[in-house]
Amino acid sequence: MVTLTINGNEHQVDAEADMPLLWVIRDLVGLTGTKFGCGMAQCGACTVLLDGAPVRSCQTFVGDIGVAKVTTIEGLAGKVAKTVQTVWADLDVPQCGYCQSGQIMSATDLLTNNPKPTDDDIDAAMTGNLCRCATYHRIRAGIHEAAKRLEA
Amino acid sequence: MIPKLMQYVVLPTVQAQASRRQFLLGVFAAGTGIAVGYRILAASPAVASGTPADEAGPHTFSPYLTIDGDGKVTVLSSQFEMGQGSYNGLATLVADELDADWSAIDVRGVAGNVKAYGNVAFGGAIQGTGGSTSMVTSWERYRKAGAAARAVLVAAAASEWGVPPAEITIENGVLAHPSGKTGGFGAFAAKAAAIPTPADVKLKQPGDWKLIGNAKLKRFDSARKANGTEQYTIDIKLPGMLTAVMIHPPLFGAKLKSFDAAAARAVKGVVDVVETPRGIAVVGEHMWAAMKGRDAVTVVWDETAAEKRSSQELMSMYKDLAGKAPTAVARKDGDVEAGFAAAAKVIEASYEFPYLAHAAMEPLNAVARRNEDGTLEIWGGHQFPDVYQTLASQIVGITPDKVQLHVMKTGGSFGRRAVFDGDVVVEAVYIAKAIGYRAPVKVQWTREDDMRAGRYRPAYVHQLKAGIDSSGKLVAWSAHVVGQSIMAKTMFDGMVQNGVDPTSVEGANNLPYVIPNQIVGLTTTDVGVPVLWWRSVGSTHTAFAAETFIDEVAEAAGRDPIEYRLSMLEPQSRHATVLKLAAEKAGWTKPLPKGRFRGVSVAESFGSVVAQIAEVSTDGKGGVKVERVVAAVDCGLTVNPDQVRAQVEGGIGFGLGAILGEEITLTAGKVDQSNFDAYTPLRIDAMPVVEVHILASANPPTGIGEPGVPPVGPAVANAVYKALGKRIRVMPFTKTLNA
Repeated sequence: MVTLTINGNEHQVDAEADMPLLWVIRDLVGLTGTKFGCGMAQCGACTVLLDGAPVRSCQTFVGDIGVAKVTTIEGLAGKVAKTVQTVWADLDVPQCGYCQSGQIMSATDLLTNNPKPTDDDIDAAMTGNLCRCATYHRIRAGIHEAAKRLEA
Repeated sequence: MIPKLMQYVVLPTVQAQASRRQFLLGVFAAGTGIAVGYRILAASPAVASGTPADEAGPHTFSPYLTIDGDGKVTVLSSQFEMGQGSYNGLATLVADELDADWSAIDVRGVAGNVKAYGNVAFGGAIQGTGGSTSMVTSWERYRKAGAAARAVLVAAAASEWGVPPAEITIENGVLAHPSGKTGGFGAFAAKAAAIPTPADVKLKQPGDWKLIGNAKLKRFDSARKANGTEQYTIDIKLPGMLTAVMIHPPLFGAKLKSFDAAAARAVKGVVDVVETPRGIAVVGEHMWAAMKGRDAVTVVWDETAAEKRSSQELMSMYKDLAGKAPTAVARKDGDVEAGFAAAAKVIEASYEFPYLAHAAMEPLNAVARRNEDGTLEIWGGHQFPDVYQTLASQIVGITPDKVQLHVMKTGGSFGRRAVFDGDVVVEAVYIAKAIGYRAPVKVQWTREDDMRAGRYRPAYVHQLKAGIDSSGKLVAWSAHVVGQSIMAKTMFDGMVQNGVDPTSVEGANNLPYVIPNQIVGLTTTDVGVPVLWWRSVGSTHTAFAAETFIDEVAEAAGRDPIEYRLSMLEPQSRHATVLKLAAEKAGWTKPLPKGRFRGVSVAESFGSVVAQIAEVSTDGKGGVKVERVVAAVDCGLTVNPDQVRAQVEGGIGFGLGAILGEEITLTAGKVDQSNFDAYTPLRIDAMPVVEVHILASANPPTGIGEPGVPPVGPAVANAVYKALGKRIRVMPFTKTLNA
């Protein structure tokens, strides 16, 4: 049994050390906002925060997490995250929406560390998050809009 | 400046509507198990149980909507939602006629009532989502459903208040009478649902629309997609559910000889390893257990009948065939030989298009459960529900009415979930059957399965030839398309007429330009690689070949690319109108900053016409970047203008990714790519700035999910030619730019 702290709650899970955090979160804990897209850290759909820093949960093994705290889209909190989520709905960024939990995780991390990102900053920070609907145009606009609202 | 009323019938994909309808009806009549108009378990649980609904509802007004006791309106969508916004569009139609409160609207996918949900654009005898037809089939149907529900709500309130119905108004989900009486939908829903809906309803005049055409209307489902609560097929979790992964044949057409699952069965969490007609399924308590178990299975395949050719071999065969006479003719006007003989100048070019994967973000999946009463339930992306219902019923040995489909939203599709053989859906049923229906089972493909197990945009070669007279006028045109048929030998085989699969030549055999002598030929190849429609289907390749070649012709004639196109178009035509709009918005006649170059294209698909002007920059080292794309769109009346923009923005990114760097290749029959490291859709750093300009139109809505895709490739290629002097004729671009 492994003990994990996810979104502030402790979970005891029956997982072997090599089980990816993604499947622990989805199949053992039952939180489905974190998505499976590629299984090899190529698409970013499974992005979660580990002690506040974004990681690809499909390539993060549960045995390596130790006492680090996991935050998924369901537990995302704070002014930056909430602003990003509000802007995402206001600008109708999502189409199918499947990759958007991961996009929002990465966007929140970007704005937390860089309150006024340029287009190039956005491209660099978000390039690991694939969106097959190609909502990139609005993701860029959404990050700029969130930055503006956070500054105000 | 509104172009002449568009006609659905001119669309290549719908042109053979009658034959498709006849064909489908023929199939039904032949007793394959699908009955026209057969009604399975009703859509809403309250109705399905057959018990009278209590005050809480949902109260069913028609096959198209229910209203709860708390006033919530649920639109029952015949159209499957994969991100394209059809749910939002249908909800807009209903809510506007109903004068509903937009914040109290939800949408649920439904299936199993072809009489109510059959796609009008497909002839009505089959429910399905595709060909960008959701608004075409729903435009009348869902507005009428909203208006009919409104009428009975008013009647219920009138009877309760003892006032004439004509004195009742509805605004934002609230019924009101001048006497001061008011009430929400919920207060009258139960009573209203019991009143027969009028057969004939009066629809609003366009001037009275509040939601249709409202550019400020937001999607009803964005918030749930931003907080992770939207539910997709992958998120289904039923009590006791098991998860399965598949081992598919390594080559298309290979058959299972034997397998050893002893080691797999010893993996913790593995419950069973079973054989199905589509491969071996490893069934586990959860996904990771199934995946680990899969690694431990050893399989021997019989590859005797498998497709073993490489994509290089296929391409070389296609190029050879392209130089020969076509085996079928899709269009012939005038005297082509005489046209070429009289031409002052003749140019030729050949184009190569690879296989492409849909690679939707949610890898394919489905969930099946057999219930104690013998019924079967399937959760999935049911893009062709009637087909899946029938196939599933045959596997289980029950009648189709005992199969209930739960239509899930999916993380993309781009055509991939509209399959003839029900692939992943029937896999779920086969696995459930193989484990004796002892538990519900979800089959979940990994990315590798999704990329390697097939169904691709077919590979094609185009051979084009054009002749111009001494004044530069285009007098002769010949196109030869070589590649696999999507519809032949499927349930749509009846659509293939005189050897021409319309999806192979759409966009090539309906060029808008006045060309007196032209021939469009087709050679259909027989290859064992499974193919399918891929967002914008034939126009993914035909528009590229035609619109880059027209650019070459314009250059040969010494003319401006837009002016030359306009010279071959009716001045009031939709094509001319969007071209002029795009040119104006992109500043076509204005000089560009140093290092920037422009290209143009225009393409019609699914009843809509889109012109795009791309601007590229160069890094001075042979590299190019697409900086900006200006699109002008005529898709008839726009129900959700902001969603039209979103579809064109996304379509541009989707199409751009494909031409810049996507390809599926085969080595000795085996697919080389397996994940996003080698198959590379567009990422944000390559996404241009996009501007979408929508032509004001009062014509009925036409497609928008796909038409943004075709023009981007040729517009960019034409700009790249200006930038680098290289004509790109082999996809993806990396093959030419890195050469």
